[in-house]
Amino acid sequence: MMRVVVRVIGWIEHRTGLETAIRSFLYEEVPASSGWQHVFGSVALFLFMLQAFTGILLAFNYAPTPGEAYNSLRYIMTEVTGGRLMRQLHHWGASMMIVVVVLHMIQVFLFGAYKKPREATWLAGVVLLLLTLAYGLTGYLLPWDNRAYWGTVVTTQIASKAPVLGPYLSRLLGGEGAIGVVTFARFYGMHVLLLPPITTLMIIAHVFLVRKHGVAPAPGDEAKPLKKFYPEQVYKDTVAIFVAFAILFVMAVAAHVPLERLADPTDTSYVPRPDWYFLFLFQMLKFFEGPLEVVGSIVLPTLAVIALILVPFLDRGRVRRVTERYTAFGVVFLALLGWGGLTGAAIATTPKTAAVEIDFSAPTEWLQLSPEEMAGVGYFRKENCVSCHAVGDGGAKIGPDLANTAIRKSAAWMIAHFKRPSMLVPGSMMPPIQLSDPQLNALAAFLLKLTPQNASALQAAPAFAVDGALIYQANRCGACHLVNGVGMKVGPPLNGLFRHRDKAWLVRHFRDPQAVTPGTIMPRYAFSQSDMDKICSYLLSLPD
Amino acid sequence: MNHEDPNSGRRLFFLSVIYGLWGLIGAALALPASIYLLFPPRLRRREEWTEAADMGKLTPKTPTEVVFRQNRVDGWKITRERTTAWAIKISDTEVIALAPQCTHLGCAYHWDDAKRQFLCPCHTSTFSPDGKVLSGPAPRPLDRYEVKVENGKLLLGKVVESENAA
Repeated sequence: MMRVVVRVIGWIEHRTGLETAIRSFLYEEVPASSGWQHVFGSVALFLFMLQAFTGILLAFNYAPTPGEAYNSLRYIMTEVTGGRLMRQLHHWGASMMIVVVVLHMIQVFLFGAYKKPREATWLAGVVLLLLTLAYGLTGYLLPWDNRAYWGTVVTTQIASKAPVLGPYLSRLLGGEGAIGVVTFARFYGMHVLLLPPITTLMIIAHVFLVRKHGVAPAPGDEAKPLKKFYPEQVYKDTVAIFVAFAILFVMAVAAHVPLERLADPTDTSYVPRPDWYFLFLFQMLKFFEGPLEVVGSIVLPTLAVIALILVPFLDRGRVRRVTERYTAFGVVFLALLGWGGLTGAAIATTPKTAAVEIDFSAPTEWLQLSPEEMAGVGYFRKENCVSCHAVGDGGAKIGPDLANTAIRKSAAWMIAHFKRPSMLVPGSMMPPIQLSDPQLNALAAFLLKLTPQNASALQAAPAFAVDGALIYQANRCGACHLVNGVGMKVGPPLNGLFRHRDKAWLVRHFRDPQAVTPGTIMPRYAFSQSDMDKICSYLLSLPD
Repeated sequence: MNHEDPNSGRRLFFLSVIYGLWGLIGAALALPASIYLLFPPRLRRREEWTEAADMGKLTPKTPTEVVFRQNRVDGWKITRERTTAWAIKISDTEVIALAPQCTHLGCAYHWDDAKRQFLCPCHTSTFSPDGKVLSGPAPRPLDRYEVKVENGKLLLGKVVESENAA
């Protein structure tokens, strides 16, 4: 067996020289001082390949047009097995990529590793940093939810305000007039067709230059013998890559990435925010008003990039130990302080959105329940039915599976059974349910909706919706209003209420309907603060 | 392996960590990726019965091609598409509905009234009115729709693949 392997390797080596190439790559000599501080470049490269991998997998189930992007991503997250993990790996991988690329840059900066003759290596690195940011910018639009749409509106507006180039940039991004199919196609094209090959070429150039000049030695390295890249440095790189990967994987499993409402250009209540790594730019804009705005949006970022480019040409002194590079530490400290301050200020000044956040990355069948059925969910939880009954999860429990449609009984049967369980099912161990008739009606109505396919989605109804529906039912709102096709049309139907009303309006209207809508026959409702919050959240979550 | 290396214990440690960790990373990616690509998506929609024809309009014992519209789950979409079935009425409550593709390579077959058999134009497989293979390369009988008769209407469900002919 071993002999066959050796012969195959020998054959390949003779034809391609692959073994020699790999050997000369791995057995590269590195300075004695190289170590853990040099792992960031390898981690960044690994993350780039990981992004390509998860990106390709996502593309297998993703339709890149505004009409379908959202639905296909929802499909990935709610139906494709492992789809949520893939999307969350890609999402958090992007953030981690930014962190690692910046750490890599800080390390090189602190050690002064950009000095002659390594200026070109540094420049290639600056380009790679900008490319990483470009991925973040273009990828942000692709989920096509409200967050994506409004974030990109701001981005393209900033680009269009650039002096001289503005109109051309705007045309290039397809953002003239409004963001639509053209912008989307260009962002997707850049994200998957243009940026990856450019990045690959730049990485090759960057690594080639690192190899050509060697890892920058520290003062005193000349006297010590060189080390080999493999296996000691490869070991350190591998450990660092593994740590990064483990953190990323845990985040992808545990940290939920939400999907907001489908992109809605008419939504006037939406507060657009860029991703966290662009927040500082966003915040900086607030300091420049009117004609000066371009300073914050274009001039300062451009100057920052120029400063990065000029670093190796400005700092041309002799090589010092990292511990003596006080200026470099000062610059990094100030930069981090400025970045952190701006980011913190942006987070602090983000208004608490009054709109109700519904997570569309999970099944949302509960949105279609009538108020009565939704209140039924509340009684279902209150009576803790799941302590004895399985609900579509196939678990062996004491009582029958309530999602099993084959054993489904009528509402009248269920209500009679709720009151006196052993009457209809002799020997039943179920305790009688102590609820009023309307409440039992609601419980039965909900149970009639259950199927094995929707059970988990219906049970996932958020507490605010259930509590809101209980208040809705208790106050008999359905005697005048229509929700999800159930109720009366004396008052206005309430579906899609979030489109034209906000919470403040609802609160005022509940307290004194006449003052807000003169002539209305709606009575006043003096809800407690917590009930008011719940009913408003519920009403504002009702779908179109 | 490397005989010149005096620190071979150290070296062995490095090598085992390198290959061990890369193996873990590889497995942690390959497994979810295979699941993502190969496992069927969770289906959260109910099976549907589609009304295909009036039982009264079917001729007993003679296959009739019925055309109907059916919802098909296609990834994140549900498409409503025209589908056909060959329906053979056995009695007023009993009916067979054959899926319109030959079980050989999926060509559309047709009914030869003179010979009273189905004929596939591609590789000349022939089938009896109830779908059994009479001749040709078809490996198994024609597939059938799940059928249900309600209020004199023929309702069709999903296509069930026929068993391989023994």
